[in-house]
Parts: sequence; structure tokens; C-alpha cells
Amino acid sequence: MKISEVRSHLLKFTVGIAGAGGLGSNCAIALARSGVGTIIIADYDIVEALNLNRQYYFTDQIGKMKTEALRENISRITHDVKVVTHQMTLDRLNIVEAFRGCDVIIEAFDNSEMKEMLIETIQTKMAGIPLIVGSGMAGWGKTNAIICRRIDDSLYVCGDEATEVSEDLPPLAPRVGIVANMQANIAVEILMNKK
Amino acid sequence: MMRIVLNNREEELCRESMTVSEMLIFKKFSYRMRIIKINGNLIPKENYDSTVIHDGDDVQMLYLMSGG
Repeated sequence: MKISEVRSHLLKFTVGIAGAGGLGSNCAIALARSGVGTIIIADYDIVEALNLNRQYYFTDQIGKMKTEALRENISRITHDVKVVTHQMTLDRLNIVEAFRGCDVIIEAFDNSEMKEMLIETIQTKMAGIPLIVGSGMAGWGKTNAIICRRIDDSLYVCGDEATEVSEDLPPLAPRVGIVANMQANIAVEILMNKK
Repeated sequence: MMRIVLNNREEELCRESMTVSEMLIFKKFSYRMRIIKINGNLIPKENYDSTVIHDGDDVQMLYLMSGG
């Protein structure tokens, strides 16, 4: 398939991204470059200097809302993609509304309790919409421990499912970027198989 | 004796049935954040004590680690 055909196919679809940190920002960029038509991004946070070790933002964006900074960065890459932003903290009550109409949803939180809340909400209230979770990407090395696992048609997990971020095991650009791009890759695969 | 599929692997458990909580203890799965699906249905954490796993069930479990 030619790249123009891939792009015109992906243009028809919408992907939701819950969180615009290390996973969400890098995943959004990969999806935008691929030509996904609409990307819905939800995050409550602002860009901080400490984020720049792995998140797709720049020094002159420190202090900006992540959703707006990401919209800006995507617009510097392509104007084909429609970016919808929700400047909010996602919870059990607003997730369904925020991601209504999405063909695929990416879980891109950092906190495991938030991951659980999002998965439970989407899998019960938006059953059938494929959800791609990131779990286990702390530290460095162990490249081949990072895998994609298909639980069923509506749930995929990317990561090593073992390493947890802590003071001694920080998240770094390489492993976080691998997982973010794996999530984007699964999303593209699902969409390419969709009529 | 019951046979289940746990993360795509066949397992024999020497009981007729067990709850999700009992299975976690029986398999010595230590406490971590996790998602459990039985036959494609997500089981909320508050239902682990009341949800029974039966012979032939397909149980999927994934671990949730902080970081992202």
C-alpha cells in the first residue's frame, strides 16, 4: 500500500489519548505524523522543566498547558490532523463524554490507580472500543522485556508489566518512547484493519 | 478439579470453583495493581471476593505499573 493510501485511510478515524505526558505526547506525535484524522487529547497539567527528559515539549513551552503545547507541536508537523483538546482531570464521570466517537483510545497516564480507573470505565461504559494501555517502562535497558500483549479485541497492553517508576528508577526517554510508539503502532494496525 | 485458561496458559486447580480473591492467594500472586477479565468481562476490584471462577473460564490478568 502506498503512503498516500495509508494517509487517506487513517484520515477517516479518531484516536483519543488520555494523558499528555511521556506516553501521550510521543504517541500523539507518531499518530499525527501517520495521518490519523482526529486526535482527542485530555490532560490537566502544564509543561515543567523536569518533563523534558522524555515528553515531546520544548524549553520555551515550560508553563504552558500540555494540551495546548501539544496542539502547537502537531501543527508544526502537519495541518491534516484535527486536534481536539480537553483541559481537564479525567474521572469516571467525564471519560465517556471526552472520548465519545473515538475509534481507538490510548491510556497514557503515569499513575497506576488512574490507569485502573480509566480501564475500568472504558471497558464497562464504552465496551468494544479498543483500549491500548501502557504498563511498565521505568529505567533503562531491558529493551526486549517490552512487549505488546493482546488481551482481547478491546484491550491491549504495551510495556514490561514489571518495572515501576520510583526515585531510583526514573522514566527516561528511550523506554517511555518505545512504549508510546508501540501504542501508536497498535492503534495504526487496528485502524488499517478497519473499514 | 477445574481447568481454566490463565493468560493463555492452561491451568489445573484442585477445586471445583474459586473466587477471584481465592485464586490470587492460591496462585500466590502478590498484591499489585492489576486488571482481571474473565471470559472477556472486566471484573472490578470490589467484586473479587464475590466473583466465582468456573471450570473452563478464560482468565486474563494484566499488571498496572506507575510510569508514563
